[in-house]
Order: sequence, then C-alpha cells, then structure tokens
Amino acid sequence: MATYQINVNGQQREVNVHPSTPLLWVLREDLKMTGTKYGCGISACGACTVHLGGIATRSCIVPISHVGDRPIVTIEGISQDVVGRAVQEAWVEEDVVQCGYCQSGQIMSAVALLKHTPKPTEKNIEESMGGNLCRCGTYPRIRAAIKSAAMQVTKGGA
Amino acid sequence: MAARIRSAELSRRGFLRVSFAAAGGLVVSLYLDPSKAQEAPLPPQQPKVYPPDAFVNIRPDGKIVIQVNRLEFGQGVQTALPMLLADELDADCANVIADLAPAADVYKDPVFGIQIVGGSGSIAHSFQQYRELGAKTRAMLVAAAADRWKTTPDKCRTAASVVHGPDGKSATYAELASDAARKPVPATVRLKSPAEFRLVGTKVKRLDSGAKCNGSLKFGLDLDLPGMKVAVVAHPPVFGGRVKRFVDDEARRIEGVREVFEIPLAKGTGVAIVADKFWPARQARNALKIDWDVTGVEAADSPELWTKYRQLGQTAGNVAASNGDANAMDKVAATNRIVAEYEFPFLAHTPMEPLNTTVRFDGDRAEVWAGSQFQTVDQMAVAEVLGLKPAQVTFHTEMAGGGFGRRAVTDSHIQREAAVIAKRLRGTPVKLVWTREDDVQGGYYRPMHFHRVEIGIGPNGLPVAWRHVVVGQSLLMGTPFEAFAVKNGVDSTAVEGAADTHYNIPNLHVSVHHPKVNVPVLWWRSVGHTHTAFVMETLIDELATRARMDPIAYRRRLLKPEAGKLLRPLELLEKASAVWRNKLPRGHASGVSCHESFGTGVACAVDVSIENKRPKIHRATIAVDCGLAVNPLSVESQFQAGLSFGLSQLMAKGAITLKNGIIEQRNFDGYVPPYIVDAPVAVDVHIVPSAEAPTGCGEPPVPVISPAVVNALSRLTGKRYRTLPLVSI
Amino acid sequence: MPKIRAGLLVSAIVVAFALASGSFRGAGAEETPSTAQGLAAWGQVYSVLTHPRCINCHTATDYPQQGDDRRRHVANVVRGPEGKGVPGLNCAGCHQETNADSTGVPGGHNWHLAPLEMRWQDINDRPLSSAAVCRQLTDRSRNHNLDGPGLLKHHEEEPLVKWAWSPGRRPDGTMRTLPPMSHDEFVAATRRWVEAGTPCPK
Repeated sequence: MATYQINVNGQQREVNVHPSTPLLWVLREDLKMTGTKYGCGISACGACTVHLGGIATRSCIVPISHVGDRPIVTIEGISQDVVGRAVQEAWVEEDVVQCGYCQSGQIMSAVALLKHTPKPTEKNIEESMGGNLCRCGTYPRIRAAIKSAAMQVTKGGA
Repeated sequence: MAARIRSAELSRRGFLRVSFAAAGGLVVSLYLDPSKAQEAPLPPQQPKVYPPDAFVNIRPDGKIVIQVNRLEFGQGVQTALPMLLADELDADCANVIADLAPAADVYKDPVFGIQIVGGSGSIAHSFQQYRELGAKTRAMLVAAAADRWKTTPDKCRTAASVVHGPDGKSATYAELASDAARKPVPATVRLKSPAEFRLVGTKVKRLDSGAKCNGSLKFGLDLDLPGMKVAVVAHPPVFGGRVKRFVDDEARRIEGVREVFEIPLAKGTGVAIVADKFWPARQARNALKIDWDVTGVEAADSPELWTKYRQLGQTAGNVAASNGDANAMDKVAATNRIVAEYEFPFLAHTPMEPLNTTVRFDGDRAEVWAGSQFQTVDQMAVAEVLGLKPAQVTFHTEMAGGGFGRRAVTDSHIQREAAVIAKRLRGTPVKLVWTREDDVQGGYYRPMHFHRVEIGIGPNGLPVAWRHVVVGQSLLMGTPFEAFAVKNGVDSTAVEGAADTHYNIPNLHVSVHHPKVNVPVLWWRSVGHTHTAFVMETLIDELATRARMDPIAYRRRLLKPEAGKLLRPLELLEKASAVWRNKLPRGHASGVSCHESFGTGVACAVDVSIENKRPKIHRATIAVDCGLAVNPLSVESQFQAGLSFGLSQLMAKGAITLKNGIIEQRNFDGYVPPYIVDAPVAVDVHIVPSAEAPTGCGEPPVPVISPAVVNALSRLTGKRYRTLPLVSI
Repeated sequence: MPKIRAGLLVSAIVVAFALASGSFRGAGAEETPSTAQGLAAWGQVYSVLTHPRCINCHTATDYPQQGDDRRRHVANVVRGPEGKGVPGLNCAGCHQETNADSTGVPGGHNWHLAPLEMRWQDINDRPLSSAAVCRQLTDRSRNHNLDGPGLLKHHEEEPLVKWAWSPGRRPDGTMRTLPPMSHDEFVAATRRWVEAGTPCPK
C-alpha cells in the first residue's frame, strides 16, 4: 500500500492503495465516484474514460502509480467545463441515452474531440468516438448530439 | 406504517387494494385476477422507500412517484409506463418521478404472471394496467374534491395535477391525496379516447437522461453499502467442471483479501474470493492455483458440433409446421430448386454493465440488490439458497446497464452464486462481480444453429414447396418454463419466424432437432428470430432476384393478405425510401428485409457500400407497425439503436467458439461487438399510424438488419452469405 | 549519393569512430566488412525489424497492431495526422511514460506510430521483403535524411527502439516476447551493415 496525492476535478485528494491499482478503481471504490464505469478492464470499450493531464485516458489501464500530479477530470466534474456542459446538454436534448452505462465515457471522449476540433466532420466523429462501445447502439444519436454540441459551443464563442 | 383499506367492491377485473402511508400520501395498487388476489408479501419494515404494493404515491410536496413493474435497462419503460399512468391521471409531468419496483406479487406482468421484462411485452401487457391505475387514481382525487366542494364529479375537471371545480375552485393532488385515499376505488373507469391523450402518442424525452449524463445515476455495480465486501468467483474452464484442489497462500497474502473458499455453482463448483474491494479480489483470483476436475463432463468443440449439426440437418426432425403436401418438392425439377445451408454461431450478450448482484443475509431475512429481468424467479432462487421464504427476501430492482435477455436466467445462477457467498458471510453485504472475462466465457449464449432449406420454385417465381430443417439446442427443455414453449419435441423459440411465417408458402414443412450440448444457452434479444429471420429474408431476396422482381414488390406479392402488420410497413417503406433506394451512387447497393416478431411488423431498407473490406451502412430506413406508439421518440430510439445491436451478428469477431470444452474468446478483444464505424450512419424511422393495441419495440429491430445488409452485399459482390459472422466479404 | 562514394565515406567514418571509441574487436576489426558480411548483418537487422515488438508500429495502414499475432489494435485506434492518434484516442492517453505491468499496457516516452515512410508491411499487414525494407531504410529521401551513422545512432539510442527489449508484461502477467537477439547484438549487426556500406539484397 502507498499513499498518493491526486488532483480530481480540481480538488486535492489523498488515497491509500496498492500502487498497481488502476485509477478507475481508485476513483470508484476509494473516492466513491462511480460515474466512471468498468466495462471491460482492457481499454477496449472506453466506459472508463477520464481526462488525465487534459488527455482522454482509459482509467482502467493506468495504475495509480503512473498518475502523478497530472489533474484528473471525471464525468462528475466535466460540467465545470463549458464544452463539457454543452455536450451534456446536447446529450439530454437529443435523448441519446438508453441504458446509459457507456455514456460517461462517450461524453468524456466527445468533450476531448470538441475541445480539439470544434467543427468535427463525420469522419472526425467516427475516428475519435471509434473506440467507445455502446451495446444498446445509440451511435446515430451520439453523432447528432456531437454536431448539436459543436454548434452550441461555436455560438457561445467558447 | 401502512394502513390498508380493502375496497368494499370487487372490480370486475380484480380487486384494488388501497393503502396510505402515515405521511398522508395516496398509494394505490391493482390486482387483475381475483383468483390470484392475495396478501402481497409485506417486505420487512423499511424506513420509507418502499410502501407495500404501491404503484402511485402522491407526496405532500407534489411529486408523484410511480412504481414501474419492470427493469429499466435502456428500453425506456421507466419513461413509457409512467407516461401512460400520468396521462390518465392528468398529472403534471414535470413532477413525475419513476422508481423501479422491488420484487412483489403486485408487480407481476399481468400476462406472464411473474415479474419479468422480456418478450417485448412491457407496453403490450401493462398498457391497460397502467392506464387504469392512472384513471382510477384520478377518479378518487376528483371524488375527494367533489366531496370537499359539495359538488359532483361531473362538474370537475383535471389538468396538471390540479382538480378544478365550479366557481373557480381548485385543489392540488397533493392537497387532496389523503382524502382521496379514503374514497372507494371505482370498479370501472373510463379511459381516455386517443383524441384526449396529452402525452401518449407524443415524443416524450426520457426521465433518466440527466442522471445518466452526469455520472450520478447508480447502476447495480455502483452500489456501496456500509461494511460491504466484494466477491469474484473462479469458474471452471469447462462447463460443469469441479474444483479438485486449490492453493491460495499467494492469494491470501494480497492486502484486502478476506476469505477464499469453494462454492457450488449451477453446474459444478468454483472458488469464491471475498475482499474489501474489487481490485484485490481480482488480483487474488489471478494468484489462485486451481486444479480442475473436468472428467465426466462433455467438452464441447465447435468444429465437432458443426459436423454433428450438419449431419442432423440432412434429415427431418420433430415437426414444427406441416402444411399441404409433404412430397410437393418431388414434383419440382432440380433446376427450379434452391438448396441452402446456414450456420449461426454461439453469441454472447455482453451488456455494457458486467453482471453483478449484492446480497446481505441476516439469518431470518435477506436483502438483494440486482438489475434483474426476472425478479420473481430470482427472489425464489435466493430464498431457496438461504433457506428462507420469498417473502423474507427483500429484492430491490437496480437500474441496469443493458440486458438483452442476459439478466433473465431460469436457473438464476448469478443470484445463487451471490447468495451462497452471502450465506457464509452472514450479516455482511457482499457484491458479487462478474468480470468481462467471466461474462464472455461464462455461457448462457444464443445457441449455435444450423439450417437446411430446400425451396421448390414455381413458374411465376414464387415458392411452391419449402422444406426447412433447423438444428439447435432447446432453450427451455429441462427448465420450469418448458410447458410454455415445448410441444411434441419442438421448442417454439427455435423455429419462431419460420414455422409461423407470414409468407404464403404452400407445402411448407419445418422441423427441428434439439441436440443436447454442454453449453448453457439463453434467449438473446429476439430469440429465434435472430437466425430464422436471416434465413427467411435472405432466401426470399434470392427468390426475388431470380424472379427479377423488386424485393419490396416480391414480398408484398408473397405475403398472406392478412399479414397487415408486414404489408403496412412495406408500403410505408416503399414510400419512405423512394427518395434514395433506386438512386444510389456507384459502389452502393440497397438491401431490403421485413419481419414480424412479438406482434410488431418491421420493414427495413439499407444503403450499403464496402469500405475497408467491411459493409458500410450509410443509411437505414425503417417502417414499423407496433399498433399505437405510446412514445414515438422511444420507438425511434429503439429502432435506431436496436439495428446496431442486431449488427453484432455480422461482426468479423462476433462469434463465441469452443475448443475442447474451453471458450476461445476472453473479452472485447476476441469477441468484438459493433462500434460506431460498424453502425448505420443515419436511421430514419417511420411509424405506421395506428390506434390498435400497442405491441413492443424492444426486440423487433434486431431480426431485420443483418439480412437487409447481407442482401445489399449480395448485390455488390454477387455472393450469397450463409455463414455468420461475416468474417470476410 | 552513389554507393561507392557512400561506402568509402562510411568506411572512413567508421574507422574514425572505432579509433575514437577505442573499440577494437580483434582480428578484422579495422577491416571493412565485405558486402557478403554486410548482407548477413542486414539479415539480422531485418529479423529484428520484422519482429512484432517493432513491426507492430511500422504499419502501412491507419492502425497499429498488437500482440505476437500482430492483430489489429483494440478500440479502433487510428494513426491520426501525426501518428499520435486522434483527439479522444491519443496513443499517449493510454500508453504512459513507462510500462504498466499491473494492467498489461506497454509504455514509453512519446508513444506513437512510425511514419508511413517507415512502413515495413503492405496494406494487407504482410511484412515487406528484406530487399524492400532495406531499400526504404537507406533511401534518405524517405528515412528523414539519416545516413549510416544516423541509422546506427537511431538503433542504439532511440527510446522507443530500446523499448522493444523491455516491453513489459501482458495483461495475463506473462512477459512479452523479445526480438531474436539482444539490443547489443542488434546494434553490432547494424554497425557491421553500416560499415559494409549498407548493402541491400536484390
């Protein structure tokens, strides 16, 4: 076991866990932040996506020992970001979710896309969202919501 | 503390039990069948959340909490059923809250007689039920208001959770709730005519969206209870294997590991690890050294099974359908026949939320938290394991991350595993987690199937004889549900969609073989239709091509005149797809299919090209007849998304295979479902206008998409695709 | 640069190198390896380049590979405009600065795909022939203008190259397989090939 100081959604948190523990499980079980989901554990599905040092990262495969002082942003904190808020609102407006289990990860990936590419093409969307699995199949509505969020962000001058 | 007032009058349909919570809310329940009416098992004293046998709770703060008698796992029932009730109730939608009801008799599906979500039956079976609940509650509120104002109900009207009386009087539902609870429950009640609907038939957004988009909604896997432990189980590599011996010293040295012990499974035995948290439990399982005894259990092997299935498929099996002349085929020249053999692999459901259940056993009672599609059955199973009566088991229904049939298992194996572990850890809540590897390798698959079809074609290009043999494991033989689906050696779930085809095929003969294989199998969203629709719709397409007829026209010609639920969508599809279907650019082709399942008829057209050696679906147009569409937005979502689920069958790595008894796939690296690149880019959904009783949309999207795509591919490549998954095209 | 002049220049540099580093290798150390010896050395280099630990990131497609079976990488990750992935799926998002053995994900600084000019496979994921790879490696218009010593330095010092010899553990805990010779041997073979004038098979 070791003690780590990590920065989560702008707050300093301290955890005492085995160094091998993936960030996903530290968030879910030590910090009780269950918005980030476990879907596969091998980075194949994206349900565990967070932003680590500003980069979309699959938290199921990053051991806590590798995190350091890079800021972590999770689904619980993404609304503090203007692009994050726009994406969440678009998701609700477009009635994207079905079971919803994958959607934390979908949203975090979509935010990463829009922060970098404010006017994504269909191909941009397909590539950046290409690794987020949705068994329900909400993909067509995800596309629509990303385009809608992009318009909102552009209008808001973000 | 709930006081219960029994209605003095028995309604024609059953009796209504009314109770009100001490805080003064109105709580209403409904039994449909007087012969089954009984005291609902009272769950043990709860602080507040579950008033017994309640569907509607009008709280003093104006919120109306509606209990949903089904699991919500993406299909939108948690929005649609409350919509029905809220519309009849004339409730203010902004204040409607929907809860998933716990296991209790009062929440049983009125048609199935158990608490279940499946068979696309939620709306179909509870349509009347929830409307009546809403209308009767409204009537009691109006009666209370009329009393208060010394007037008559006919002089009152309701809107947005308010009763309006003569002379501008009004009272909110919250204000009236306590008085209303004392009113007799009306035996009969007038339901709204379609013209009076305010919500039903309109696009209502989901109630659970917000919480699902900000990480706050808790699924079963997210549950956290004081003192809770987490368990994982090491399962035998071959189904039914047993632990011979295990060495756990390395496992026990991992910090946080509490207990390691052998447990019985539904078949065979395994080793349970209990730890403070998931990661140490998982690490400990990896550190276990287990010797397995796999003697005496069949080591199923995919190539061997295919050989066996193909052999069985060459002769007729138990007869599922036999119309006309069994020898009609003999009169058809060989050049006018098609002989086709199809192969369908095992499929895993892999819902996004890995399977999990939490159980706490306290000796004389127990509590369960599970995203279960099968609460009645699961509650009984847990009670059995723990030596309790079902009434002693409080069973909470958690929101679930997908199911597709995987959370309705006749042997309740996951709940049993959890109960066995909880029994040992008496007093401590234990969350059993199946990892994704457990899920992919743990069985309960859509069975593999082999079809052999011989078609005799008449001079006009229509079939004159059809001999169809299906080979596949029975889902329900040997289970408590056998009587529902198995007759004369035929499990109807294996031949539905073929034996009962709506095509007017003279001299149709369908039979089935049900081999016994040591692989647990289960219904996979749309069940038998997953393979029968593929066979029927690709063969019909082949016939249409031979007859040089447009595929929609051919189907309209061949369908029985009474097959309205398919004819209407086909007609609508023709119109809706006219703008693109025959005007595709080079390299694109269209594919068509239609299929009826669970009472809903669907017609589908897709625009497909080949990109990076895979089918690229640019567009899908859907026409559907589901009777009255309670929530057209939900219908649209179900079809847009359900098509993507259906495409699981075409994915190159979309097969579960066995080698010497061992599952060859482990996780989403070896068993790969559709990602966004594999899904249709756009789907437009057209609903046939109807006031008929609603039928479901949960499963009907699935059967149509794979044959439609493959029919398009056949136009592009000239090949016929009869083996799934599509490893290459 | 015509081969002969290149060869002479390289020989001169190599001799100077050897003298400067004081690395005498015994009999024949000051002799320029023959073309035959150079080709044999190239064969050894080629065997490393086409080993999964190296070739998995030297693809001709818009995706990397993984595993000894060189299957397409999970999660549909793509090359992106700079070989670093795309927003939402950057290589460095999952591949950290060092290997993550507890979760089985390899890591190294600036994890990315080799540029398409350095593809060692065809678009059907089949390794290119020894002759084709050799031609690519020695084509200064495509190899980022590296001469022989530049190539040697790349093989000797580039962190992502060296990663191939400490590739970490797979998710199942087993060690990833290593290239067919040690890093030292690989560097030595490269040196011999360079000293021979980077000859390529026909």
